[in-house]
Amino acid sequence: MTATFETVTPSPETEEVEKKTALKIGIPKEVFGGENRVAATPDTAQRLQKLGFEVWIEAKAGTAAGFLDSAYEQAGCHLVSDPQALWTTADIILKVRAPQVHPELEVHEAQWLSEGKTLISFIWPAQNPELLEKLAAQKVTVLAMDAVPRISRAQKMDALSAMANLAGYRAVIEAANQFGRFFTGQITAAGKVPPAKVLIIGAGVAGLAAIGTAKGLGAIVRAFDTRLVVKEQVESLGGEFLELEFAEDGSGEGGYAKTMSAEFIRAEMALFAEQAKEVDIIITTALIPGKKAPTLITREMVESMHPSSVVVDLAAEQGGNCEVTKPNEIYQYQGVNIIGLTDLPSRMATQASQLYGTNLWHLLKDMGGAESFQVDFEDEVVRGALVLHQGEITWPPPKPSVPSPPPVAPKTESVVTAAAPEEKAGVNLGPWLWPALAVLALVGIGVGAPPSFLSHFTVFVLACFVGWQVIWNVKPALHTPLMSVTNAISGIIILGGMLQISGPLQSPTTLLGAIAILVGTINISGGFLVTQRMLKMFRK
Amino acid sequence: MTNSLVTVAYIAASALFILSLGGLSNQESARRGNLFGILGMVLALLATAFSTQVTGYTTLISMVVPGVIIGAIVAARVAMTSMPELVAILHSFVGLAAVLVGVANYLQPTTLVGAEETIHQLEIYIGVFIGAVTFTGSIVAFGKLRALISSKPLTLPGRHLLNLGMLAATVWFGISFMGVEAPAGLMPLLIMTAIASVLGIHLVAAIGGADMPVVISMLNSYSGWAAAAAGFMLSNDLLIITGALVGSSGAILSFIMCRAMNRSFISVILGGFGANSGGSAASSSDGVVGEATSITAEETVDLLETAKQVIIVPGYGMAVAQAQHSVARITEMLRDRGTAVRFGIHPVAGRLPGHMNVLLAEANVPYDIVLEMEEINDDFPETDVVLVIGANDTVNPSAIEDPNSPIAGMPVLEVWKAKHAIVMKRSLASGYAGVDNPLFYKENTQMLFGDARTNVDAILAKLVESTEPTKAEPALATAR
Repeated sequence: MTATFETVTPSPETEEVEKKTALKIGIPKEVFGGENRVAATPDTAQRLQKLGFEVWIEAKAGTAAGFLDSAYEQAGCHLVSDPQALWTTADIILKVRAPQVHPELEVHEAQWLSEGKTLISFIWPAQNPELLEKLAAQKVTVLAMDAVPRISRAQKMDALSAMANLAGYRAVIEAANQFGRFFTGQITAAGKVPPAKVLIIGAGVAGLAAIGTAKGLGAIVRAFDTRLVVKEQVESLGGEFLELEFAEDGSGEGGYAKTMSAEFIRAEMALFAEQAKEVDIIITTALIPGKKAPTLITREMVESMHPSSVVVDLAAEQGGNCEVTKPNEIYQYQGVNIIGLTDLPSRMATQASQLYGTNLWHLLKDMGGAESFQVDFEDEVVRGALVLHQGEITWPPPKPSVPSPPPVAPKTESVVTAAAPEEKAGVNLGPWLWPALAVLALVGIGVGAPPSFLSHFTVFVLACFVGWQVIWNVKPALHTPLMSVTNAISGIIILGGMLQISGPLQSPTTLLGAIAILVGTINISGGFLVTQRMLKMFRK
Repeated sequence: MTNSLVTVAYIAASALFILSLGGLSNQESARRGNLFGILGMVLALLATAFSTQVTGYTTLISMVVPGVIIGAIVAARVAMTSMPELVAILHSFVGLAAVLVGVANYLQPTTLVGAEETIHQLEIYIGVFIGAVTFTGSIVAFGKLRALISSKPLTLPGRHLLNLGMLAATVWFGISFMGVEAPAGLMPLLIMTAIASVLGIHLVAAIGGADMPVVISMLNSYSGWAAAAAGFMLSNDLLIITGALVGSSGAILSFIMCRAMNRSFISVILGGFGANSGGSAASSSDGVVGEATSITAEETVDLLETAKQVIIVPGYGMAVAQAQHSVARITEMLRDRGTAVRFGIHPVAGRLPGHMNVLLAEANVPYDIVLEMEEINDDFPETDVVLVIGANDTVNPSAIEDPNSPIAGMPVLEVWKAKHAIVMKRSLASGYAGVDNPLFYKENTQMLFGDARTNVDAILAKLVESTEPTKAEPALATAR
């Protein structure tokens, strides 16, 4: 069996071996306290079998997630009651949590693995070096679901995103559970209810899910993220994107945020402090991979919040974004509910198992299914997730060659702005031509015209400028009324007629003036009245 | 009333006019703005009437009273679809008044000498010229909009030379006009008036129907400059200010319209655009590039009923078919069901700047769902259904996709980015610009052929039918 895991092409003889027995997938029951999820649901187990695998599952593995043993049996799985038997017989172990000491048998799960076996689960290799050593000693191959690179092709196996999505949703539900008011504003017979204000820090997958959920419940949602590219996504979900008066983009590698400069953090903290006084619920989701979560909500900020407000800290497991978070606990700090739950996806075990199981199914399918299962070092996704290959530590993987797409947008922008001045430098004399002509014309007028004309000319030029300024403010929707009203006031020309009708009645001057007055008046009354009629129609 | 008092009244009137235009910056203050305008006008007229220079009250009253009455009747009767015509004919009145005032002023004896006299004569000459061009140009525009004259551009051979010749003649008569003493120059002045009148006719005749927004705003501008010129010759600052305000207003509108068509002002004025294709109405397209899918009114209703985001893009066709009231009813019904319906208006949709807004306002469409092109263009990708009613060139993707297209670079409403675009049109004919519209052949475009009014009414009837059961409960009406 070992040879089946050869990197490039398996030799002919191993292929023969492979065809004789189908690869066995083992799904043990999760032993971590409070973990309800399971690595395969009856549905995904069935799909795994379609890939050619045999699926062996530990008895009661799915019970906590709402999947009964009978359902697995119906789906064609083999039930095993002894965990050790399962671990030792299966070729590929699918798990949610990293292996640990079995609480009942008091044996480390890793010890049941032997050479040539494959383990796929969350590993967190950076945080668990000893575990990595232990697994390496067993000469197994390990793929860490938390290390699947975040590239477009790998989205279908991105378990972190799937879990983050659940966590974001659940964070809002947990917050609603603690929060004593409606999310949506209502006007009821019993009085007016203001909508809840929710601040979400970090608009990653979890943050966006939280925005969508909170918005769906009717709250006013604000969100902050150091990566400016997510602004659009926040707004598309109906959230308001808070911005700092500060130009620094925090887009880092692989779609994560990077650590920001000191000034930026100061400005950011000021914003949070200000928001804390105003909002009812804060949900923080800020994580920087491989580091302790940044502290964003200080003790003082929590103290400044309204009593009965809620803080949900999704980074509780990595040290917390909130200074007073207690991991795995919901408690009140000076009247503010602090939720530091770290098992949010597990609280939605049915959904979480289905999504996680599907992620695993996609990964196994991409690795060739049961027929041609192999670890392909050329495959960027597999290479990224691979932390141990036959006992050899292959983590961390080489840096991803392609940056994630979002940072490209600001880059092109900066290219554009950089190019613009160059273009301007090459511009011809066009912009100078008109001012030059205007200066010449003014000089000409200044030399030739009498003072009486000049005073009128001053008025004329100033009026043109006033008109220019005023008209640009007119809404395009009101252009028709604008035309009719300017039409009406241009009827002022009858003043000219009025000054000419005072001579003898029969003189041509009087006659012409009189006709001018008649048509001008039609203009004035018609123009103003039709404008009035039109404007009356415009209403909200 | 003393001269100083009159001057003060004029200052107040000028301020009121500026406030009046400023008030139009949004719908809430617009009505107050109009009242300011009326107030300013009444103030200016009363001050002038009671000034020492005016004594012929009998003549004055016998002219003003019928004028006001005629104006009021016209204003009350005009249909909103005919607004462009009304505006055009009112412009012609200002032009006529400017000519009359100019000529009358020339006939009045003056005491000016030297340079001042020359300037005075020049002012009269220019004022009469602009007035005459405005007068006849507006009448032709009126005729075209009323369909009394064909809206096709008139392209005489050598028309640019003709225009230049007329301008040269104007200058030549101007010199002979300036060279002689007051009454003797009347002949050159009148000849020039005749030439300017022909020029006005010819200029506007050469411009096609869909360029009318530019022409109307240009004439609006001219009427302002004519008033300003009259102000110079009468040494009346109020006229100068008002004329300058109106003139710059019209100039800005022309500029906005030209930018919306991505054409230079000069090219619009020189006219003849789309002449080869035979203008707006019914030219047959020969370069068919694919197959258009057609759709029935029933299927359209099905699409509308399942849609969450709907954008309606009206064009001149909606105005011609008088379909705005039915469109407004459809909008209302869809909105009652919770569908988000908005309107996307291209700046040159219709025959007058802001024409569509007025029509929709008349049909009681709330103005906050009627959006400008820039405001709505980004939203098309999230839109389920776009209804294009009687618009063509303003939704033509070749303006963006085909750099060789005659309308390349013109900003257009990007309706093809929506999930479904339903185009209501009589046929697959090309629009005013004579450019084939690839929109019709796009996969997500469906054509609803036939008269816009008939189709819109059919959609409305279907919608009413399908909402009838729920409408039976009267409680719903108050609940929303």
